Amino acid sequence: MSVENGIGASVRRKEDQRFITGNGHYLDDINRVGQAYGYFLRSPHAFAKISNIDLTAAKAAPGVVDIFTGADMVADGVGGLICGWGITSKDGSPHNAPPHNSLAVDAVRHVGDQVAFVIADTLQQAKDAAELIEVDYEVLTPVTNISKALAPGAPQIHEEAPGNLCYDWELGDKAAVDAAFANAAHVSKIDLVNNRLSPNPMEPRAALGEYDAGSEELTLHTTSQNPHVARLIMSAFLGIAPENKLRVIAPDVGGGFGSKIFVYAEETTTIWAARKINRPVKWTSDRSEAFLTDAHGRDHVSHAELAMDNDGKILAFRVSTQANMGAYLSTFASAVPTYLYGTLLSGQYKIPSIYVEVQAGFTNTTAVDAYRGAGRPEATYVVERMMDTAARDLSMDPTEFRLKNFIQPDAYPYETPVIMTYDSGDYPLAMNLAKEMIDYDGFAARKAQSEANGKIRGIGTAAYIEACGIAPSAAVGSLGAGVGLWESAEVRFNPTGSVTVFTGSHSHGQGHETTFAQIIADKLGVPIESVEVVHGDTSKVPFGMGTYGSRSLAVGGSAIVKAVDKIVEKSKKIAAHLMEASVEDIEHEHGVFSVAGTDKQMTMGEIAFAAYVPHNYPADLEPGMAENAFYDPLNFTFPAGTHIAEVEIDPATGIVDIVDWAAADDFGNIINPMIVEGQVHGGVAQGIGQALLEGVVYDDDSGQLITGSYMDYCMPRADDLPSFRITTTNTPCPSNPLGVKGCGEAGAIAAPAALMNAIVNALGKDIDMPATPEKVWRAINSN
Amino acid sequence: MYSFDYERPSGVNEAVSAVGEDDKFLAGGQTLLPTLKLRLAQADKLIDLGGIAELKGISVSGSELSIGAMTRHVDVANSADVKSAIPALSHLASHIGDAQVRNRGTIGGSIANNDPAADYPAALVGLGATVHTDKRSISAEDFFIDLFETALEEDELVTKVTFPIPEKAGYAKFPNPASRFALTGVFVAQTAQGVRVAVTGAGPCVFRQTDMEAALSSNFSAEAVSGIKTEASGLSADIHASADYRANLISVMAARAVQAAS
Repeated sequence: MSVENGIGASVRRKEDQRFITGNGHYLDDINRVGQAYGYFLRSPHAFAKISNIDLTAAKAAPGVVDIFTGADMVADGVGGLICGWGITSKDGSPHNAPPHNSLAVDAVRHVGDQVAFVIADTLQQAKDAAELIEVDYEVLTPVTNISKALAPGAPQIHEEAPGNLCYDWELGDKAAVDAAFANAAHVSKIDLVNNRLSPNPMEPRAALGEYDAGSEELTLHTTSQNPHVARLIMSAFLGIAPENKLRVIAPDVGGGFGSKIFVYAEETTTIWAARKINRPVKWTSDRSEAFLTDAHGRDHVSHAELAMDNDGKILAFRVSTQANMGAYLSTFASAVPTYLYGTLLSGQYKIPSIYVEVQAGFTNTTAVDAYRGAGRPEATYVVERMMDTAARDLSMDPTEFRLKNFIQPDAYPYETPVIMTYDSGDYPLAMNLAKEMIDYDGFAARKAQSEANGKIRGIGTAAYIEACGIAPSAAVGSLGAGVGLWESAEVRFNPTGSVTVFTGSHSHGQGHETTFAQIIADKLGVPIESVEVVHGDTSKVPFGMGTYGSRSLAVGGSAIVKAVDKIVEKSKKIAAHLMEASVEDIEHEHGVFSVAGTDKQMTMGEIAFAAYVPHNYPADLEPGMAENAFYDPLNFTFPAGTHIAEVEIDPATGIVDIVDWAAADDFGNIINPMIVEGQVHGGVAQGIGQALLEGVVYDDDSGQLITGSYMDYCMPRADDLPSFRITTTNTPCPSNPLGVKGCGEAGAIAAPAALMNAIVNALGKDIDMPATPEKVWRAINSN
Repeated sequence: MYSFDYERPSGVNEAVSAVGEDDKFLAGGQTLLPTLKLRLAQADKLIDLGGIAELKGISVSGSELSIGAMTRHVDVANSADVKSAIPALSHLASHIGDAQVRNRGTIGGSIANNDPAADYPAALVGLGATVHTDKRSISAEDFFIDLFETALEEDELVTKVTFPIPEKAGYAKFPNPASRFALTGVFVAQTAQGVRVAVTGAGPCVFRQTDMEAALSSNFSAEAVSGIKTEASGLSADIHASADYRANLISVMAARAVQAAS
């Protein structure tokens, strides 16, 4: 029996009606009586000491309520922003996390660093007053490139981080890898740059802080992917207010891609200032500020080597990476190039030994942290560019080389040399499907046709894997995480049979209101119109960990299932009582409870009503029908698949035209195929953006951000993208009750490597992202 | 944005007499408004030209196409008169910026701003157009002086542009992938006065490529120009394209413009 709008149905997204009719409630839609406006004076310099800040003229300007500097926050006992994941260096020392004040104290370390917070009756007045602030800067020489920052003699950005080093980390068996390389028949090598990206969610960050002097409660509306974590950090580490006096609300949020996970200076300053002035304060980032201050992604420089035997079997893999952390260590920045990166370097391959070392360092740039995929796109990029290089060196077809080295479908659970235990998968199946979809075997003929037309054709493969469903708390705790990564849910029936689901996950575009409602519809037979999903308010939902790392369904959805199981268990007792049967004889399917072997049955709605009007009710049972659950995953999930890109290059201009794209993804079970397809489209678009168009550029000498607007930072647009051929395979995830793996990041992980491999295949030589027309043209015209 | 006063006159004379030293004319606002919002520009008063009917419209008389200064890009792109008289001009207008820009931006605003990467300057110089103001008529080549600099005086207002209808013309543009301005755009025209080749986006200001004009005069074909190099020194260089690459694009776009000419 299947249920209308249940698991597996492509239900239209319930939330879209309000989004596309302008009835959503985004942060800047929310206003309060008497609200003042905050504006940050930001550093125009990449690196400078501050000798004096004179606020006299600015404070006297019309409409100014107050102006705060770093000294005010320090004097008030506000702590610095923190990094929540401790990484240990090779030598056993903890990572260097220099102080990170919300408002600069004594020095600024990147263009856009916060210098002062001006609050006025109007935003224009705040901006006018900011122009009257006199800051005495002693300008220093900046460094923006990670390799230069880690080289001897580089400008020293923090006293606490000698040589600008954050950590020097390793994973894997170095001795075994060295031995394998010493005896290898073939060694392939590659050098790669993973370009820095700006996240660009449609809604910029914003905050509205309020203080109630009567209850002494602070309320922060903010664009967060994880409001409880924000509350925890602001309370426990920054000392903004005790947790019970701080309410954080993340209403409709217009995209995040990771950038809204973090606890930033601006939101922190806004809520702190609301109490200082005892008046609501709103701050809304403009797009220029977003480019300057939203945590960037990627920015790795890597060297990789692969050892192989005579038959093309992989023997060992070693990788050395430098990772740019930016000027300060952001909330989860330290984990991205380590436990979200090094642990995925086995890819889909049976590799006997792997060794990776990562040096993370500081530069005079915006902080870098998790961005769609976070570490896993970087890992896939290294692994998959490496595989194509090795195949090329061995004169093997890259897909044959991969198929030869894949972990086989009967090998699970499979322990990699980099501490992951893959739970399920069928990598050859996905690759063969993708090859079929794109007619891989017909490529040679298409290439010849392109050549006849004066064009250069190329085809490229990426067989990616990611660790999602983040994450088993004990596992991440042992690796340095400061929090557990479980999720919470409450399923609450109303007496009339409708349901409110409270989830610790947070939707900022993912469609949880639909997907989670489908779970309830399927499991409990409640029409999805009668299911409300509530998220994003620390006063409404139980403590939750939020949304990132493709975790919402695998972890948050599993918590909902656990709560549903409790509902069913209780309902069976009520049903048994009302139908005068024993509990053991009650059968349940999709919200219908029946007595085995009879035609007696009751619906979930009838039982819920009986629970709220318990006139005829089991004596030992509590009334009401609401259950909560916390779910801590047993393992990561491992979505994987193959993407193949085909390109045609115009040698006269270097323009890369993506002519075809095939994706076969294993996301385990799928609740809503339409939403999954949308996630793949969006992810691939972002990955294509990274490979062809996007890239944050700083001026080497001044440290100024050159790509500070859409005039220079190129986002992918519809006409940059091909039509996608998409299919899914399904090896259900064995470690969660839904059998789901997560799909939000896959496209962004697979796409850059697939597309760059296609371009390299066409050109016959290596090239770095973004493969801009000029870079491609130069590659064609160089020897 | 800083605060400013706002006026919306209904005639050219009224507009010109209203303009003071620190005031600005507002045409489509596609450059002015963002720079005002970013506080990169400041005006005491904006004089909105949107209410002046005489500045709008397209007409053909004899061998000349006339486009009013406040005519939007979208109207030029869609005009049957333009499509029939100078299809390359309609094509050019249909590829300016994006739909939002084309629905607001005007030909007068674009040429008065003289952005080095704007499309229209290539058409004006390539076709040997004349810029008409409330005071005088200026040939396109004399009008565009340098980076964001034109022959216009402070209180002078562009009223219309007249284009001699060519025998044939073509425009090929390599858009900046981010902004969709012309990274390099080449307009070629075969006219009664000879062949003209105008290049925008590649240098600080639109310019004529005379080597190509000479080659096309004897052989109006893509092959005639594809091998002609432009000296890279003096061309623009930025994160999107080096001077060398722009020089290459001039040859490639010129050949494609000739191919497209109709």
